[in-house]
Amino acid sequence: MTKTRLFHSNANGLIEHDHNRDGIDRRGFLKCMAWAGTGALCLIEGGVLKSFALGTRNASQVQSHEVAGRLTFVQISDSHMGFNKPANPDVIGTLKAAVDKINALPQRPEFILHTGDISHLSSPDEFDTVDQILTATHTPIFFVPGEHDVLNDDGKTFRERYAKNSKGAGWYSFDKNGVHFIGLVNVMNLKAGGLGTLGNEQLEWLRDDVKHLPSSTPIVVFAHIPLWTIYPEWGWGTEDSAQALSYVKRFGSVTVLNGHIHQTMQKVEGNVTFHTAFSTAFVQPAPGKADGPGPMKVPGDQLRSLLGITDVNYVQGRHALALVDASLA
Amino acid sequence: MRKAWWIVGSSFTFALVMVALLATRPLIAKADETKAPPAEIKVDNFTFGPDTLTVAVNSTVTWVNKDDLPHVIASNDGLFKSKALDTDQTYSYTFSKPGTYAYFCSIHPKMVGKIVVQ
Repeated sequence: MTKTRLFHSNANGLIEHDHNRDGIDRRGFLKCMAWAGTGALCLIEGGVLKSFALGTRNASQVQSHEVAGRLTFVQISDSHMGFNKPANPDVIGTLKAAVDKINALPQRPEFILHTGDISHLSSPDEFDTVDQILTATHTPIFFVPGEHDVLNDDGKTFRERYAKNSKGAGWYSFDKNGVHFIGLVNVMNLKAGGLGTLGNEQLEWLRDDVKHLPSSTPIVVFAHIPLWTIYPEWGWGTEDSAQALSYVKRFGSVTVLNGHIHQTMQKVEGNVTFHTAFSTAFVQPAPGKADGPGPMKVPGDQLRSLLGITDVNYVQGRHALALVDASLA
Repeated sequence: MRKAWWIVGSSFTFALVMVALLATRPLIAKADETKAPPAEIKVDNFTFGPDTLTVAVNSTVTWVNKDDLPHVIASNDGLFKSKALDTDQTYSYTFSKPGTYAYFCSIHPKMVGKIVVQ
């Protein structure tokens, strides 16, 4: 399953096929993910993946009976505080809308993952503004840097503010409810002509970090630039991600959460689910659908339907984490 | 028929004017020889324009960012590196030795260019 697709359309239906006999109907899974832009809930139930449109009777049933009481967390990304161009002159307003969305979730998240580009220009004022807005979630937040957060001082300011006890350029891991979370940095020391980079020091640390974990441990890897190659022409991939993934492929459930491309996208490869989140700030074009990857102005009434958050639920004993993309609209 | 002759006639006049202009060009160029023309590279839509620029020794090259996102100009070998350039901000570097200088955007490394100094 190496097909990469961006989904905008809406769809309906439950999963009925299980061609690989692994509990996941690939065709159905893609169908499920076709809801990503509008909000959908997908989870494994009794080895069969089921999907429900948010807001339907089924979805609320699932939320109350299947998900509640387990580990729930939220991913936000690419807040680009300081950005003020026509693609979104009010990134403060949309970040506040994301906070409202988080606070309105039926189950309170245990923590939030921010997958980078907190700021637009790495300035302390921008970081201050984001910190102040996110305080209203009353939820711990784990950060990894985007390239916009490490512009002028090799990431020193970022590490001092957001990754004090991290290793190297800001990577770290932690455990929550039996799930092992790994925050990686792939925006430093980039080479001319290349993609995102993890580097040898971080790869060695990762290898050692997971070495002693039993293969049944669910793994969540989060980093800014996608750890799968989405569109190398625009730098949407990471040079040495295959090496990193080789260290976690023995685990039964691996979820890779990224940002950077300002749109939701999903791919499943064996036990690994790759997912990119909405931005809370502005939209970027689908791969290859514009001359370049720059900010895209969309009609004002559509902007909030293309920005959003990702709600993630881990149900113990299940193979995969349930990912729900919810727009700000 | 008359119109056709008029076109030929005006084309001929135009050619004469062009010849006259070209004849005076060396004089203008000579007057400018002491001062290298300003060398500017537009950073636009995630590309350097032009991506290869040839300049004389001691030329100052200026990059101007026309994108809505910041870029950082950095030479591959670490010789020069700008701060993050926001929209319409510029960075200049003076090349004092001949050679080929490859550079890229250090936060969007797919963006590459080179300066040839002769």
